[in-house]
Amino acid sequence: MIKIQGLHKSFGSHEILKGIDLEVNKSEVVVVIGPSGSGKSTLLRCVNYLEVPTAGKIFIDGEQIEPSTNINRIRAEVGMVFQHFNLFPHMTVLQNIMLAPLKVRRQDPKEAETQARELLARVGLSEKADAFPDELSGGQQQRVAIARALAMRPKIMLFDEPTSALDPEMVNEVLDVMRDLAESGMTMMCVTHEMGFARQVADRVLFVDEGQILEQGTPEQMFSNPQSERAKDFLSKIL
Amino acid sequence: MFDLELIFNSLPLLGLGALVTMEITAVAVAFGVCIGLFIGIAELSSYAWLRLPAKVYVDFIRGTPLLVQIFIIYFALPALIGMRIEPFVAAVTACSINSGAYVAEIFRSGIQSIDRGQREAGRSLGLTWGQTMIFIIIPQAFRRIIPQLGNEFIAMLKDSSLVSVIGFEELTRKGQLIIASTYGSLEIWTAVAILYLIMTLSISRLVAYLEKKFNTKKVS
Repeated sequence: MIKIQGLHKSFGSHEILKGIDLEVNKSEVVVVIGPSGSGKSTLLRCVNYLEVPTAGKIFIDGEQIEPSTNINRIRAEVGMVFQHFNLFPHMTVLQNIMLAPLKVRRQDPKEAETQARELLARVGLSEKADAFPDELSGGQQQRVAIARALAMRPKIMLFDEPTSALDPEMVNEVLDVMRDLAESGMTMMCVTHEMGFARQVADRVLFVDEGQILEQGTPEQMFSNPQSERAKDFLSKIL
Repeated sequence: MFDLELIFNSLPLLGLGALVTMEITAVAVAFGVCIGLFIGIAELSSYAWLRLPAKVYVDFIRGTPLLVQIFIIYFALPALIGMRIEPFVAAVTACSINSGAYVAEIFRSGIQSIDRGQREAGRSLGLTWGQTMIFIIIPQAFRRIIPQLGNEFIAMLKDSSLVSVIGFEELTRKGQLIIASTYGSLEIWTAVAILYLIMTLSISRLVAYLEKKFNTKKVS
């Protein structure tokens, strides 16, 4: 579903990603962990070209992203959830969810609204359809953001530290939604510090350090028997 | 000493002048907002061929007096194009071009003040750059810059008195003409000042109302 070959990304003279090769299969849930500044968010953001790679190839569903590619068409297939939710504050929850289906997919407004309400029910926020984002708690905002991404019926979902900005008591409501999504067969790539979630839901865990995938394996392997010193050190600090 | 009757007799003419002042200001600011929106966006462009001309325009207009700009358009431009320009056209053109530069800076800072996560959220959903601007960035920026746009409106209203020098009969020019035939400097300039004050205070009230109205729909 996602194939990355020799991905490099530099900001100025600072090289963040130093050659990443990765394949993510359909319905696979890959959790990316690693110390801050290791490049894991940049890796995620390269997948939908929010960051343009310095070198390397990215294939989404078999199609290579090139300068000539209509990137908007690819992005429509790849949902993204951000650390800070990034809901549109001047629109209601319903309008937030309906915007892209209406403008990008040219969906019928009635159909878009029906779908938006279904998605809100799915994330447990039916009664908040007409609320504005700043009337919601952080956890509720993030669930709306997930619904907004799902409204495009993406083939892949990217999560960039979706629970890092949340108060502790709101983390689980968001993880629950992500867990349901994983069980429904969504292809997912998540950057997260929630090791409980990784252990439970991930098919594979990647340990990224200094711009490279240092180690990868099943959650079982990674958490109970990490090979590299860096991974051991990192995991001993957060587990 | 202070001839109130002169003021009352002059009010219809001065009122007419005030209306013309309102008209030229409204037209200039309306054009200014259109120009300013495009120039402001151009200033933020990653393309140098868009960004540089926009910067030159803003610097030139903000770095030279409006009075000189009016002279250039009314006196110098006709010599260049070999065609006389009507005072109204010259006045509106000069004020619009002038206002555009100030509004451009207002829009630029307004757009820059919107968190870049908003743009990223829009783009990640597959919206084009233009759609992201129109549906996400500009509506939020616009709400934020209402107070500054109000200030620009008020500044333009006062500065429009400068077009009196090319004989365009707005409020200040009407005052001058009445004084020329009545010698009532004290009364007429007092009346003119009060009329300007009424207009500027009305605008700031209106802006305060709009600000409140838009803020009920929250902007983070």
